[in-house]
Amino acid sequence: MSGEIVSELMRAHVYRLASMGQRVDGRVLDETRKVTIERSFVGTAEGSARVKLGNTDILVGIKMSVGEPYPDTPNTGVLSTSVELIPMASPTFEAGPPRPDAIELARVVDRGIRESKMVNMEKLCITPKEKVWVMFIDIHVLDYGGNLFDACSYGAVAALSSTIVPAKAHGLGEDFPLPVDHWPVSVTTSKIKDILVVDPSLDEERMADARLTVTTDENGDIRAMQKGLSGSFSYDEVKRIIETAQRVGREIRPLLRST
Amino acid sequence: MGDIEHIEKGMKLITANGRRLDGRKADELRPVRIEAGVLRRADGSAYIEWGGNKVLAAVYGPREAHPRHLQDPARALVQCRYNMAPFSVSDRKRPGPDRRSVEISKVISEAFSSVVFKEQFPRTSVDIFIEVLQADAGTRCAGLTAASVALADAGVPMRDLVTSCASGKINGVVCLDLNKEEDNFGDADCPMAIVPRTGEVVLLQMDGHLTYDEFQKAMQLSIGAAHRLYEMQRDALRRRYSVTLEDILKESPPARAPPMEEPEPQLPAEDDFGPEGI
Repeated sequence: MSGEIVSELMRAHVYRLASMGQRVDGRVLDETRKVTIERSFVGTAEGSARVKLGNTDILVGIKMSVGEPYPDTPNTGVLSTSVELIPMASPTFEAGPPRPDAIELARVVDRGIRESKMVNMEKLCITPKEKVWVMFIDIHVLDYGGNLFDACSYGAVAALSSTIVPAKAHGLGEDFPLPVDHWPVSVTTSKIKDILVVDPSLDEERMADARLTVTTDENGDIRAMQKGLSGSFSYDEVKRIIETAQRVGREIRPLLRST
Repeated sequence: MGDIEHIEKGMKLITANGRRLDGRKADELRPVRIEAGVLRRADGSAYIEWGGNKVLAAVYGPREAHPRHLQDPARALVQCRYNMAPFSVSDRKRPGPDRRSVEISKVISEAFSSVVFKEQFPRTSVDIFIEVLQADAGTRCAGLTAASVALADAGVPMRDLVTSCASGKINGVVCLDLNKEEDNFGDADCPMAIVPRTGEVVLLQMDGHLTYDEFQKAMQLSIGAAHRLYEMQRDALRRRYSVTLEDILKESPPARAPPMEEPEPQLPAEDDFGPEGI
């Protein structure tokens, strides 16, 4: 995600527009790009969603199997999230084991889902200490157009909410939809010099000094945050970012909930 | 998902009147849909739905070959990476390459090597990425067929498109384009790829058991199908690049914005920066 060059001309253009409250793609500073969600895109997965956020295009598949619980949580299901930044999606992505940026991305998406208690993990216990449902969230980035954090999070939430637990195939009774209790929404803001932009596009992201991802739930409570890059935010900026995340969260949440 | 497990070994995959489990005749292809130019960042891309297969292909290049020691001073490298998404099969596949995908990547690279005009681009590499999003047997053929369209979409000079299809044998009958159940419980599978204009075979694999006669029957079926797929590939490219009067009118130059207070150097539009924004 890093290591890409932005021309001085583009930098100047983006910053000049931003200082007038405008953006290259016609948005205002606290406006997100269009989100489209296509559920159940993959028939071989237990749940899936293809999400487009502007030019960013990602596909999330949920696979479920039966496994052992962790010793410290004998009564809850297991959640595992991974992101593949496949070389198809950008000239800067390379094949191979996940690099730090992919690991951070997967962990931030995971945290939003885990900490919001989106999925009721107790209901995924089959036999305490022995058998629980194991959920794999596999995120495939197909086209990298900026702000993977939010796109991947929307994809994971939408895919989980369309997941049918394959109980019958494992001889564990009838299939049932994954028990979903909460609806986390991730909103990422980038800082370019002194200006904050929500849902950064590719060029904006590549020239950003700092990044803050805030995941809120349906009550507007904060469930996860992650600051990235080497720049910094003032406390005032952090508060503004959280308020924006709450508002944008309210706008995006109905899209994630509608099935 | 679990339906495959319910099919017992030796069950009838083909009925007495020659119909298969999904209702197809022996020489019938599954429905195929190809779309060109589906990704923004890639130099060329294509998406194919072929029966239950959903496969994306992207092409980058010709670009500088990495690592440098692989560079060929006389020609371009053609490198393919075939990869299956973990959720593309019923039992989750561990991410990353396994021996099967390494082999498939290799034979697909070799198939394309013979059609790309490599001598025009010394020291570079043409990188082909194939991502299987949903698998239903025949993914390498679907991937290869899509990758051809992606190469053309990227403007890579080639002698022709490459087109691929498999045939196999189920319950002793030679059939075209096996689906998953037929592949799992059939007697043989034989994927191939040809250059339709010349008829050259650029990929050929086989596993199972075929007599020489059956092999010839299988090849005839596959070659016939490849020519039908060739038309679909060309259609996808035509749809991508044909321009209607409506498009031209839509793209007529917009009215000039009123000038700012003082004339500034005209910044080019985003698209004029070149592929890397430079």
